[in-house]
Amino acid sequence: MKIHGIRVPHHKNTADTAPVRLELPSVLTIPMSMHIGRPSAPIVKKGDYVKVGQKIAEASAYVSAPVHSGVSGTVEKVDEILISNGQKVPCIVIKPDGLQERYEGIKPPVITDHKSFVQAVADSGSVGLGGAGFPTNVKLNVRDLSEIEAVVINAAECEPYITSDTRTIIDKAEYIFKGIDAFKKYMKIPRYIIGIEDNKQKAIEKLKELSKDRDDVEIHVLPSIYPQGGEKVLVYNTMHRLIPKGSLPLDVGAVVINVTTMAFLAEYFETGMPLVERCVTLDGSAVKEPKNVIVPVGAPIGEVIEAAGGLKSEAAKIIYGGPMMGITVPDINSPVLKNTNAITVMDAREAAPPKTTACINCGACLNHCPLKLDPRAIAKAYKLNSAEDLKELQVDLCMECGCCSYVCPAKRPLVQTNKLSKAVLRIYKEAQKEKEGAK
Amino acid sequence: MSKLISQVSPHFNSPRTTQKIMLDVIIALLPAAVMSAVVFGWRSLLVIAVCVAASVLSEYLFEKLCKRENTVSDLSAVVTGLLLAFNLPVTIPLWQAAFGSVVAIIVVKQLFGGIGQNFANPAITARIIMMTAFSGTLTTWTAPNFSLSGAVDATSSATPLTLISKGETGSLPSLLDMFFGFRGGCLGETCIIALLLGGLYLLMRGVISWQTPVAFIGTVAVMSLVCGKDVPYQLMSGGLMLGAFFMATDYSSTPPTKWGKIIFGVGCGLITILIRFWGNFPEGVSFSILIMNILTPYITKLTRPRPLTGGADKL
Repeated sequence: MKIHGIRVPHHKNTADTAPVRLELPSVLTIPMSMHIGRPSAPIVKKGDYVKVGQKIAEASAYVSAPVHSGVSGTVEKVDEILISNGQKVPCIVIKPDGLQERYEGIKPPVITDHKSFVQAVADSGSVGLGGAGFPTNVKLNVRDLSEIEAVVINAAECEPYITSDTRTIIDKAEYIFKGIDAFKKYMKIPRYIIGIEDNKQKAIEKLKELSKDRDDVEIHVLPSIYPQGGEKVLVYNTMHRLIPKGSLPLDVGAVVINVTTMAFLAEYFETGMPLVERCVTLDGSAVKEPKNVIVPVGAPIGEVIEAAGGLKSEAAKIIYGGPMMGITVPDINSPVLKNTNAITVMDAREAAPPKTTACINCGACLNHCPLKLDPRAIAKAYKLNSAEDLKELQVDLCMECGCCSYVCPAKRPLVQTNKLSKAVLRIYKEAQKEKEGAK
Repeated sequence: MSKLISQVSPHFNSPRTTQKIMLDVIIALLPAAVMSAVVFGWRSLLVIAVCVAASVLSEYLFEKLCKRENTVSDLSAVVTGLLLAFNLPVTIPLWQAAFGSVVAIIVVKQLFGGIGQNFANPAITARIIMMTAFSGTLTTWTAPNFSLSGAVDATSSATPLTLISKGETGSLPSLLDMFFGFRGGCLGETCIIALLLGGLYLLMRGVISWQTPVAFIGTVAVMSLVCGKDVPYQLMSGGLMLGAFFMATDYSSTPPTKWGKIIFGVGCGLITILIRFWGNFPEGVSFSILIMNILTPYITKLTRPRPLTGGADKL
């Protein structure tokens, strides 16, 4: 069986130039929700002086993450901010003093066993840096280490424009392998699979060179077919195992870690500097000089764009991430987040929503869905508000990759309908459960 | 500063649109349109023009009347007009051609909700209605202008299928004439090479997939062989090539699934054979497609691929 996908334009314009460190922004706005899970709990208050690498918020639950400051400066306020999903979450606003004083407590973590390894990962503030933002330590906290047969290192980077993972490989390949060594030592995982799309020749060469004497690392060069980097797709295409609906990669013996996350962890083990800055691809039709930039987490996007050379035309749409799965930014001064691997700025022409016409029943959506769903039928069931049909069509399997919407000649908002359908089905299932409970 | 657009992903769309798909179909039909004039004379172009104009006009007026969005620019009405003309004899009175187009667009397409909603192929259904209403003019055939194999008078004005069903195989046109379209028949169905070129173009452009034509034509070939008929004549006669590449591949009235297309094609092939060899009509392609159109929702449901749930279907 082959998993379907689509060919999207690559636009990897920024792959060949090293990232540039930008000057400090005038302010950092750090939301407490930059990961999947419970928002972090602030431990600083207005007027506090913080230094680079200092913890400013704690993990508030099992699935949560601590947050650290990327600048030295004064906490201006602990406020609320509107984030992309329409929710308001607490945020910490820091005014940098420009001195970039390093926090005294920064030292390499002491790791002796699995437990202290997972603790170190948790303390680093690490979340999935490829965009998903799932707290890394949670994935590694398994009861029985033998459950994990392989770590799949996600270097597919299948979204258009984005090259920040490519740059990690080219600039920090040694750290990827140091990370693998640490995982081997403390997690006792024997197999490491790096999955990368074939449109990154330079990065592939580098990985092959560094892994040529190792039999624990496999480099899987995969066709550049979106969504190659989707967790389910990547695990299937590298390990030939299908993650069942509602399950985690762990259920098929895999842990999937983004390549930049892996390199970051190795660097953290060496230096003790937590996740306070990151590499972001700045590209899109409105950007004057597309490039990768290194910026502190919390930097306002508007200032990042200015410092990186500005725009050549007015921004009509700004996206966290790439054009296929990225989330639109509500305000140009929204901050760079931990999981912001790219900022895509589109001009009015590129951002103009296409005209939607009637479904012509061509079947392109169902013939391109990686998970073999039928978005055409789902849209009909949604229109009829039929939760039973939506259940039968398995809409809750949808990973929202966007292939269906992309290929649709009528430009129907199919992913959007899938999302809404998932909500209808969720409510229906909850009601079913309640009914059963009442019996 | 103007407000930023907030929108759900994806933020990229493929350049493919309904209009471009329909344009591809029109391009694919052009060689056969040109050949119809070569084979039957200029009047064929007049019939085509009347059908296209009547289709487009009735779509425009109907949508105007019903205050629906104007969809003339998606070019689907042009395709319907072309296909209907291709299914008519060159001698058809122009008012009848126009009437058929109005039936195709208004009755079969618009009354069911417009593009994508019609359960039957508009051109085929209109043709069948015309066969009942104007049976005389729809079965009056003219001889082609000339013949590649020599004497024009050797070429009968009857269609090859009529000749075969009457047992007059001696007066059949040569295979070469059949291949280039010099035989009696509907104006757009005769030139096999032009239809194959158009079909190939649609396959290459990804507008149609191979399953339907291969299953349809393959079934007719195999069944003709089994029934002891002359396979090349069966394949090149009637509206098989036109139907298999251009009508049985219509999106809204045929299954979108791969296996559905195969079942649809095989079903069309079997019904065509049944009508050709045992029915009262010499030709059965139109009826076969219409009957399979009606079965389409069931075929689609039956052949919908199983989502990749990894066995966790119950969740």
